[in-house]
Amino acid sequence: MSKFKKDDGKGDPAISTASLPDIVFMLLFFFMVTTVMREVDLKVKVNTPEASEIKKFKNKSLVTYIYIGEPTDKKLGTSSRIQLGDAYADVAEVGAYIETKRGEHDEAEVPLLVTALKVDLGTKMGIVTEVKQELRKVTALKISYSTREGGVVN
Amino acid sequence: MKSKNAPEINAGSMADIAFLLLVFFLVTTTMDSEMGMMRKLPSMEITAEAKVLQRNVLDIWINSENEIMMEGEKVLISDVTNVAKAFIINQENAINLPEKNSVAIPLFGDVLVSKQVISLQNDKNTSYGVYLQVQNELSRAYNELRDELSIKKFGIDYLALKEQNQLVAYNSIKTIYPQRISEAEPFDD
Repeated sequence: MSKFKKDDGKGDPAISTASLPDIVFMLLFFFMVTTVMREVDLKVKVNTPEASEIKKFKNKSLVTYIYIGEPTDKKLGTSSRIQLGDAYADVAEVGAYIETKRGEHDEAEVPLLVTALKVDLGTKMGIVTEVKQELRKVTALKISYSTREGGVVN
Repeated sequence: MKSKNAPEINAGSMADIAFLLLVFFLVTTTMDSEMGMMRKLPSMEITAEAKVLQRNVLDIWINSENEIMMEGEKVLISDVTNVAKAFIINQENAINLPEKNSVAIPLFGDVLVSKQVISLQNDKNTSYGVYLQVQNELSRAYNELRDELSIKKFGIDYLALKEQNQLVAYNSIKTIYPQRISEAEPFDD
């Protein structure tokens, strides 16, 4: 029994994992706070165009979304469809939809409501113009073309 | 009395539970903040009576082949901003470009403000992507003019004025270069 026994390398001390839950919880809280649940299930394919001169919405609760694009369901063909809420809709239903959305808000907030058009970049303008005309009919004049942040074309 | 204390709960699986929750939030999260280009549609009632002199209007037409025409001439997307800027300022007071009237503006005194309007029209078969690109270029024209003026006068760019709460200056510049893009009535042919 020598006093100075050589360490045989077997006994590396285990790293304490006691603080692992703390680290993970920290990440968890970060994601819980920043998360935004998807508002609807998209039934149309929407790839918004890129633009540089854009603004962030100040108040998301005042925004009503209208989606226009090719249906994700291949059986429905490839012509652009409008999606209001969770379902496909016709151009004529846009006005009524805006009215119901207005009903959910306070009267004082109604002039501040914005309609965001989330339109696929391959869509033809015909259907977009029709939707815009419907919006004018119900005097929902504040609109926003949803875009991704992108560079300037040259 | 061997153990007075309650037995310690094994916290080893805590990390697993937390990971499970973490993965759930990672999957459901959408980080993209909503961005958009704000526009105001013309009211149904006013459009009938609004008459604007032809020299004050910059006509832009995008056809079904996604070609852009400004004041009757075919242009490329990269030229849109410069043509629009030249139209808005009307440097030499040309007779075919917008007229100006003198307006008293806080911090600036009397300024000649041009009565410009940009009218954007499109065909049914114009692609939305191109339409929005043109919209973006037009916004850029206004924003660049505002930035130039703001840097000349205050030394910082236009949006910085708002961030620093210099709202009088911010609004003055906005009045000098008001963004007037008219998304005209659908075109019947």
